[in-house]
Amino acid sequence: MIIKQWVKSGSPWIWLNAAAVSTCLILVIGILGLVAVRGLGHYWPSDVAQIQYRDKEGVPQVITGELTDSNEISSQRAKDAGYLDADIGSGRTVEQYLIKVGNRDISGMDFRWILVNTISQMTYPEQLIVLERREWGNFYGTLVGVKEDGKSIAQGNEAWDVAQQRLAAALEVYEEIKQLEKKEIGAINYSLERLRLKQRKLELQKAWTDAAKQEMATEKAAYQVDYKRYQEQLKALYVKANKESLVVKTGEGIERDIPIGKIVKAYRPNGMNVFTKVGHYFSKLGEFLSEDPREANTEGGIFPAIFGTVLMVMLMAVIVTPFGVIAAVYLREYAKQGFTTQLIRIAVNNLAGVPSIVYGVFGLGFFVYILGGNIDQLLYPESAPAPVFGTPGLMWASLTLALLTLPVVIVATEEGLSRIPKSIREGSLALGATKLETLWLTVLPMASPAMMTGLILAVARAAGEVAPLMLVGVVKLAPTLPLDGNFPFLHLDRKFMHLGFHIYDVGFQSPNVEAARPLVYATSLLLVMVIVGLNLTAVTIRNHLREKYRALEG
Amino acid sequence: MNFRRSDSVSFLHNPAYYVRMSEITSNKTAKLDSAMQVSAASLHQRWRLLKDRLARYGIVIGGWGVIVAIVLIFFYLLYVVIPLFIPASAESLAEYQIPGHDKGKTVLLAMEEQNEVAVRFTDQANAVFFNAHTGQPILTEALKMPPDLKVSSFAPQSSGEGIVAYGLNNGSVLVAKHTYRITYPQDVRVITPVITYPLEEQPVVVDTEGGALQMLALQVGEGSTTLVAKTASNKLKLLNITKEKALFGEATLQRTESVLNLAAENIAFMLIDKEQRYLYVASADGNLSFYDISDKSAPVLKQLLNVLSPEQRINSIDFVNGGLSLLVADSTGLVSQWSVVRDAKNNPAMQKIRSFKVSDAALMKVSAEQRRKGFLTVDTQGVVGAYNTTAERELLKLPAAKVLPEAFALSPRANAFLLQSVNGNVNFWKVDNEHPEVSMRSLWGKVWYESYPKPDYIWQSSSSSNDFEPKYSLTPLVFGTLKAAFYAMLFAIPLSLMGAIYAAYFMAPSMRGVVKPTIELMGALPTVILGFLAGLWLAPFLEEHLLGVFVMLILLPVSVLGFGLGWQFLPKEVRSKVPDGMEAMLLIPVILGASWFAFAVSPSLEALFFQGDLRVWMKDSFGIDYDQRNSLVVGIAMGFAVVPSIFTIAEDAVFSVPKHLTVGSLALGATPWQTMIKVVLLTASPGIFSAIMIGLGRAIGETMIVLMATGNTPVMDLSVFQGMRTLAANVAVEMPESEVDSTHYRVLFLAALVLFMFTFVFNTLAELIRQHLREKYSSL
Repeated sequence: MIIKQWVKSGSPWIWLNAAAVSTCLILVIGILGLVAVRGLGHYWPSDVAQIQYRDKEGVPQVITGELTDSNEISSQRAKDAGYLDADIGSGRTVEQYLIKVGNRDISGMDFRWILVNTISQMTYPEQLIVLERREWGNFYGTLVGVKEDGKSIAQGNEAWDVAQQRLAAALEVYEEIKQLEKKEIGAINYSLERLRLKQRKLELQKAWTDAAKQEMATEKAAYQVDYKRYQEQLKALYVKANKESLVVKTGEGIERDIPIGKIVKAYRPNGMNVFTKVGHYFSKLGEFLSEDPREANTEGGIFPAIFGTVLMVMLMAVIVTPFGVIAAVYLREYAKQGFTTQLIRIAVNNLAGVPSIVYGVFGLGFFVYILGGNIDQLLYPESAPAPVFGTPGLMWASLTLALLTLPVVIVATEEGLSRIPKSIREGSLALGATKLETLWLTVLPMASPAMMTGLILAVARAAGEVAPLMLVGVVKLAPTLPLDGNFPFLHLDRKFMHLGFHIYDVGFQSPNVEAARPLVYATSLLLVMVIVGLNLTAVTIRNHLREKYRALEG
Repeated sequence: MNFRRSDSVSFLHNPAYYVRMSEITSNKTAKLDSAMQVSAASLHQRWRLLKDRLARYGIVIGGWGVIVAIVLIFFYLLYVVIPLFIPASAESLAEYQIPGHDKGKTVLLAMEEQNEVAVRFTDQANAVFFNAHTGQPILTEALKMPPDLKVSSFAPQSSGEGIVAYGLNNGSVLVAKHTYRITYPQDVRVITPVITYPLEEQPVVVDTEGGALQMLALQVGEGSTTLVAKTASNKLKLLNITKEKALFGEATLQRTESVLNLAAENIAFMLIDKEQRYLYVASADGNLSFYDISDKSAPVLKQLLNVLSPEQRINSIDFVNGGLSLLVADSTGLVSQWSVVRDAKNNPAMQKIRSFKVSDAALMKVSAEQRRKGFLTVDTQGVVGAYNTTAERELLKLPAAKVLPEAFALSPRANAFLLQSVNGNVNFWKVDNEHPEVSMRSLWGKVWYESYPKPDYIWQSSSSSNDFEPKYSLTPLVFGTLKAAFYAMLFAIPLSLMGAIYAAYFMAPSMRGVVKPTIELMGALPTVILGFLAGLWLAPFLEEHLLGVFVMLILLPVSVLGFGLGWQFLPKEVRSKVPDGMEAMLLIPVILGASWFAFAVSPSLEALFFQGDLRVWMKDSFGIDYDQRNSLVVGIAMGFAVVPSIFTIAEDAVFSVPKHLTVGSLALGATPWQTMIKVVLLTASPGIFSAIMIGLGRAIGETMIVLMATGNTPVMDLSVFQGMRTLAANVAVEMPESEVDSTHYRVLFLAALVLFMFTFVFNTLAELIRQHLREKYSSL
């Protein structure tokens, strides 16, 4: 009876509707949580276990590695995978661990699933080391000794201290090498390329005279001398960096020499206390934010991607703000309100809903090939057939995204303008100000928070957009930043890296997705934080603004 | 005071009128004071007004500029797409008398790559090279033929490459090739024709009996050459010469011979395919024999069929580029395309895949393009037509000569042709035919592609091979787009609409203040992150816990209703502790618990009912394949991206239903839910419809999620466990690799235009409805 009445009152529907809201909330928080946990957890130095287990033939094995995941599979699936009946047991499901064993150069794979039942012993010896390397991913095992020029200089217990000292020195050398390669030699290469273009230009203008030839030759020779000198320095540094090596042993007992120049970091997680772990964590986090990527983007930092994203978004903001504001001011303050403005508003609103990839297609066809192609023909005939602006690059990416976010700025600014009470404009006009003065001195300042909101929303949208960028200028690995010390400093024609594309590329195009996954989570977390932060700022400004004008109108 | 005159038009409407009045008065008083001051003040005034006017112009121009830029997107897309649908055109460039007509009758007319030099092979084994534009002879060369022999037959190699063969009256064959050397003395391109001999300079003996060869077919390949000749004794002889290179030392020639067992009296056409694997022999009355000559010593007759209706004759025959299908032109003006199609038992068999009614007159020649799947025809009245097989499209039809044509040459790039008439006139035409592969039919309809068993919708835009037939059917992509959008909406509509109803009508205001921004935030999440999670976290998770998801789908509503019912029976003191409109908070732990239970119990259920693995069970019992990145994953991920769009607009629509309507309904005794259904939802329904439209627009255009969460295979399969490829993802994948202004490039632009139109229509519809609704509310 009660149930019947309950159903009749419509309560079940209300409960179901409430459930929809709850589900949405759970989903949002769940996703943010998932990204946060996986992204933040990656750099925590987890303990390295030494595991004794029986393989599928029942032979005892020893491996070392980090426990990264565990799950339950049905016994049938385990049986199909070839495990022994004795190890599977009688239950319907069996638990298995995912162990990151590293040592890709030796065993060929980074990860291994192991059935829990086959594990006979799992210990955490303090002397287990983790080596982060420049290639082949992490190494897990024990340190046997340190060698210099092939001769052992430290063994056993003291080896660890010696190794750490030598590693610190080697890292400094490596820093120097990088500095030389990127800065000095990079600058010379850039200058040589400019000289080549200059020569070509002179040739095209038929001004390639003997005097010019002479001048260029001396300039070139000077660079060549510098280049040789740096080359010598580099050689010496490389010899220095590779003098020492670490003798290490894997869990299975295989011994290897690893040149110290190939190592980025060495640590013993099992011997760390909470504070050293926190220190390690933050140093890794710093590295993530400030270093260049390594190993096909799957290791190291994402600095170029952060830099590229920020620079591109800033350029976009510089382009979109004036145009968006002018269009909004025209629509609200100057145009005669009527059918046409209504039509334009609908069109602008619609454009906010046009798929971003369409903007990408437009950017590629119109900006890159038509505008860029013509710019090349007019201004850079010397570099043909290599395109300068006639190829995807930073400028076109910014322009495309500016077009994409234009509706956001227009709509937000218009809303801000429409909220300004008429009395303020009339007051200003009545006091003798011209329309421009009214606009510039009273209306626009009052609407500035709205413009800010629009701009912030535009920036948030642009920072997260990937699809159009794939067509107009983003690359997986840019050798140089678009902003550097070589004239003209800001290189609008260069391709750049981008956080969103980095996620797509590392997560889906890299050869070792499993190993790269934590990095993708960390990158995602960074992007989410930036975008959520920007959006929250916009919302706060908007709310603040509404309060302000409510007071004015009252 | 000149500013007054110019402004008098908008005098009354302009609020700035008052400004100007004050300016005028101030000007007047200033005049009284001193002349110096007057000029300074009025200068300042003028400057102000000038600035005002300049700003006005600036803003109007800027505003319109922005609006034009926006409209430009549409027109630019259209501008790139339109050339796809423009038919071909041709222009007559020159007409002249045939050069070197004393050297014999033309047996073959040909042109080189740049359309500058043309060549005429004659029945007296002469090659006459001449300027294609003027007819001026450049070089006349007699082929190296033993002096006592005579030409008895002639054949060009069907796949071009400039190779021709003369059959001689002693049973041997002379194979020659015309090539062109390009040099740039003084930066001017000079094309010099050269005759070379790809086999030997001596004729190759085919028929050892020594009679005159009546007919020939040949195919010269790398290291292997196949010749088929009709001998004087009406036998078809097949000869293969393979160059075998020893590791050191000279190459040796390996000859393989055989005789085809076919009555050769009526044979009129012979063709060997590019791979030298198939031989086609046809008689004029349409009997086509199709041989497998993979083993040159033992040719096998695969099929014998008649390709014509009775009373007709084959007038010309040619391979479509690539040699996978044949074009047969007959005496009634019909060209039919026959392709080797594998039947159910994997046996190759010829099948007619389409035909073109080209002319009412008999056809004289059909000539296939060398780089594309197109062909040109010439009929006996001198009318030339250009066609494309894939698109089934007639691109051009024009009378190119006034009298009966005798020879026809199509340039290698198919952008020019020469037509020689019986009266010795040569017409040189330029053809502009950029995008023949595309037609409405090839974009949207089923097309029977070469070597396919039946007509189908296929998107396959490129391959490594040059002879590839591009398959530009947008249908599978549109299908994929709609499928992805459908599953996304299936997930998003119930969740967002129910959520919107609750949030707008039943939820406590304090909670609404938190929930709404949170869900709006969900809309700001970059889709690349959603796509990444969908592809790398959700897809493997679903694969492993498929049953759990289904259990959850059933368990969630049940447990929510159960909890609601149970809540009813709780003592009033407990219930009153929770304020009205906070049910959603209470339900969070319930939903979490139910979900956890569903996943916890599913492995046991799976072991109990589905032999331990639901996916294997589905495959075994129903033949349902499971793709890891499938529509279910896309539906959930993209649904998640769409929920905020629908939620926000629908919530606004429900919330802005005037209060007096609901209050009135409640006062008349309706329960809140009845009010909701009968009053609020009805009033807000246009707004809800517009919300769904906007959501749909977003789902259709979404790129990254689909790109990352599906396998991007353009299949047409409704199954929820299969992937798809959408228009947007396709553009993102293929655009960077497509060559500028190629057909592929333009078709991708068309895909973008289709997307643009889709979303534009949905959004405009939504916007119009919303505006209409706003007016209605304001009148209520």
